[in-house]
Amino acid sequence: MSETTTDLTLFEQLGGEAAVDAAVDAFYRKVLSDYRINRFFDGADMDTLAAKQKAFLTMAFGGPNNYSGKDMRDAHAKFVKMGLDDSHFDAVVEKLAETLIELGVSQELIAQVGAIAETTRADILGK
Amino acid sequence: MARIKFKDQTVIAENNETVLQSLLRSNIQVPYGCQQGVCQSCLMRSLDNTPPSSSQTGLKETQQKQNYFLPCICLPENDMTVALPNAEKTWLEAEVIEKKALSINVILLKIKSKEPLTFFAGQFVNLRNNDVIRSYSIANTPNLSHELAFHIRILPDGKFSRFVADDLEIGMPLSFSHAQGSCHYLEGKSEQPLLLIGTGTGLAPLYGILKDALLTHKHQGEIHLFHGSRDESGLYLEEKLTALTQNYPNFHYTPCLSGEVNNEKYTKGRANEIALKQFPKLKDWCVYLCGQPEMVLQTKRATYLLGASLKDIYIDAFSS
Repeated sequence: MSETTTDLTLFEQLGGEAAVDAAVDAFYRKVLSDYRINRFFDGADMDTLAAKQKAFLTMAFGGPNNYSGKDMRDAHAKFVKMGLDDSHFDAVVEKLAETLIELGVSQELIAQVGAIAETTRADILGK
Repeated sequence: MARIKFKDQTVIAENNETVLQSLLRSNIQVPYGCQQGVCQSCLMRSLDNTPPSSSQTGLKETQQKQNYFLPCICLPENDMTVALPNAEKTWLEAEVIEKKALSINVILLKIKSKEPLTFFAGQFVNLRNNDVIRSYSIANTPNLSHELAFHIRILPDGKFSRFVADDLEIGMPLSFSHAQGSCHYLEGKSEQPLLLIGTGTGLAPLYGILKDALLTHKHQGEIHLFHGSRDESGLYLEEKLTALTQNYPNFHYTPCLSGEVNNEKYTKGRANEIALKQFPKLKDWCVYLCGQPEMVLQTKRATYLLGASLKDIYIDAFSS
């Protein structure tokens, strides 16, 4: 890594909003294709969900966000009742890492994205 | 400083103030959410000037073309008259100029607007008879005589369709709304392969889109249309579509019957299933899905999982 990149934020290093746009299509496709987790997405409007995935990815990429733990808890409460647990959260984080690998993001940055995603675990699982 | 006109109020956007901030500051209540251009809750449309392209990030290209934008990330460059989506409620007047049967239960209805119209083939309008209002897709392409064509399925208990079948005659007036919807052909991607899947009168918007692509814009990529019906009478544009395949080698038409098949020119099965079996890889395709809601939503998901980008999937779901 060159010296100048250390001055850039994670979001900038990943490529900003364009990178989010590139990632969201592939990420959401992976999530919907995975039998471990896709039942949680049945019946939802795809465009609405894609917009939410984009907000989540923007946040996980360290970009501008209005993250609210309470909103996250409220939105996922019904899925916790359906059995949403750590294994599903892990599966989603795994899909996120796969997406970033395919987009050629370095391991180091992927780890940083993973760490931000991790901060949402308790809210999403209602712990 | 730009003037923002909303309904009958005008507000002046201060420097570095977004359209949303200007409206809220003036106590004009509009829906909004994230305030960062992500959730699209505040979606609006500019009725005059083109909005800055940075305020159209993440919108469908067809929406961008219709001057939709996100006021929460819009620093106005020019004066703008803005409206909430579908807020234009004004009814326009037209005259019925043609009515004929396309099949035993589908009528072609053509009306001529009394004033100039802007629309894209594949969009829909509301048609009104007193207090009965129904949405119908436009089945023709923009034209200088301001005509609109519709394929009206006659339902035994359909209030509007029975009115069309029994009472509406050539020369009679008919009220209709401005064109709406983002399911239409997009210029500038002439080489992109197009997949069109429709059931029943879902063929109407697809026929408009197809003619727009082939005739108006000389689309160069392959275009595959799958039209599904239970029986032969539902394949009501077979002759015209077959003729188009002879004039345009890049156009392919597959009539599908989910019921009994007694003729080898028809493929047996559901149009969406047959299409996806033939094209299991849809990366870089543009997909149009029109007709029965269940088929449309199921196929939207399926085509996305087969590689089509969500922004390249356009749908028009309706029960008929």
